[in-house]
Amino acid sequence: MDTGFIIEKFILVAVIFGISLVIAMYSTYAERKVAAFLQDRLGPDRAGPFGILQPLADGVKMFMKEEIIPTSSNRFLFIAGPGLALLCACIGTAVIPWGNPIEIGGKIIPLQVTDINVGVLYIFGVVSLGVYGVMIGGWASNNKYSLLSAIRAASQNISYEIAMGLSIIALLLVTNSLSLKEIVSKQHGFWENGWFTWYFFKQPLGFLIFMVCSFAETNRAPFDLPECETELIGGYHTEYSSMKLGFYLFAEYINMFVSSAVMATLYFGGFNYPFMDLAATHWGANWASIIGVIIFFGKICGFIFFFMWVRWTIPRFRYDQLMNLGWKGLIPLAIANIIITGIVIAIIEKF
Amino acid sequence: MESLSNKKKVLEQKPLNFMERMYLPAIVKGMGITISHLFKKEATVRYPEVEREFSTNFRGMHSLKRDENGKERCTACGLCALSCPAEAITMIAAERKPEEKHLYREEKYAATYEINMLRCIFCGLCEEACPKEAIYLDGPIVPADYLRKDFIYGKDKLVEAPLEMKK
Repeated sequence: MDTGFIIEKFILVAVIFGISLVIAMYSTYAERKVAAFLQDRLGPDRAGPFGILQPLADGVKMFMKEEIIPTSSNRFLFIAGPGLALLCACIGTAVIPWGNPIEIGGKIIPLQVTDINVGVLYIFGVVSLGVYGVMIGGWASNNKYSLLSAIRAASQNISYEIAMGLSIIALLLVTNSLSLKEIVSKQHGFWENGWFTWYFFKQPLGFLIFMVCSFAETNRAPFDLPECETELIGGYHTEYSSMKLGFYLFAEYINMFVSSAVMATLYFGGFNYPFMDLAATHWGANWASIIGVIIFFGKICGFIFFFMWVRWTIPRFRYDQLMNLGWKGLIPLAIANIIITGIVIAIIEKF
Repeated sequence: MESLSNKKKVLEQKPLNFMERMYLPAIVKGMGITISHLFKKEATVRYPEVEREFSTNFRGMHSLKRDENGKERCTACGLCALSCPAEAITMIAAERKPEEKHLYREEKYAATYEINMLRCIFCGLCEEACPKEAIYLDGPIVPADYLRKDFIYGKDKLVEAPLEMKK
């Protein structure tokens, strides 16, 4: 392992970490703006032009606020909870391929921190770890309602994890690979052999299930039951103040970014775009990959907007409805999807 | 029991059919509605920069009027104070001296005229009661303040600006 490799990976990690933090920061701003526009309001517009300095102002406010740690709480876990939530949210970006490799001075730099061949499983592992932050936070607060909410969050995540895993199996039947890089490269371009290459067009039902489950996994409306104010005060972060609360909220936005990236990678072709071969021959491979990266981020932003759009449209599910939907709705659907996919693949291979 | 007004509607609560239990058509419809609001004009008035126009019959802060020669119209008759249901108006009358003829229209005038803006309910009865057309509630919203005593508005705040200052 040479130093060049380490430096290259270090820079890549730093850049991706920075980008995901900035995107999460501006998601909070975008959320408020989208909410305002969908409700015929203006949203934040005081800090800087169009209020674009609002996230900084919010951050300063969060850091300056008084920090309260309840005396009856478990102090170590109370502090560890938000950090764990943020950490679990951040490490998911490691396996996402951001673009085609770029060639600089004869050296090929892949735009992916690590291409492990079980990338999908890694993502699932990280996503399911995310519930630890919530669970520990709720437990360490030593508050009944926080604990109830944390338990809710945990059971919700576990329930939807199953449907999510099953929905992805149908996709894996089509792709024959667990490596995210390979899944993306199989969606090359947009149109091939008389059919769309993006898996959304081959697995629309799978995508729908996956998307609903990612809404539940990121604890966002209409599945934001862990933080419903009316039933459980603030939810699992009731006792948290200042930047610890900020970390929890921030982790939610990073989660949203990561799951948008995963959805774009698995179902919407990742960094692939129509006429990418044409772009590569005209402007060179490097420019084609850079355009790909931009398009990938465009897709991610589109998904983030979709998340927000849904949040400001649909009211929250009741808890029994949530469980019904998860266990009686999505899991059977996902299994049906696997069976149908398997039959179709068998028929295509036979004839 | 029979309804007295015949306006009662009996709501039918049928169990949801399959399409409704799918949630998705309703969700798609709802999302269509919200996205259509993205392209609508905001109803917001950017307050400190832009002020919303009052309706023509808005009753705001009082002003004591002057006549066409710039003399104060109020003769301290006390009808406004009498008609005030909140008892917000108090005044002390005084007699006009010969050298003050250009200031007050009639022999009697209000030496002090105070309205307690915390008591005032902006009903407009003072306006109606005034026989001299001296008081109108045509001002803006009464501004906020920190102390109760600052809400007692004297003549310095109520009397209209003199004619030469006005334009």
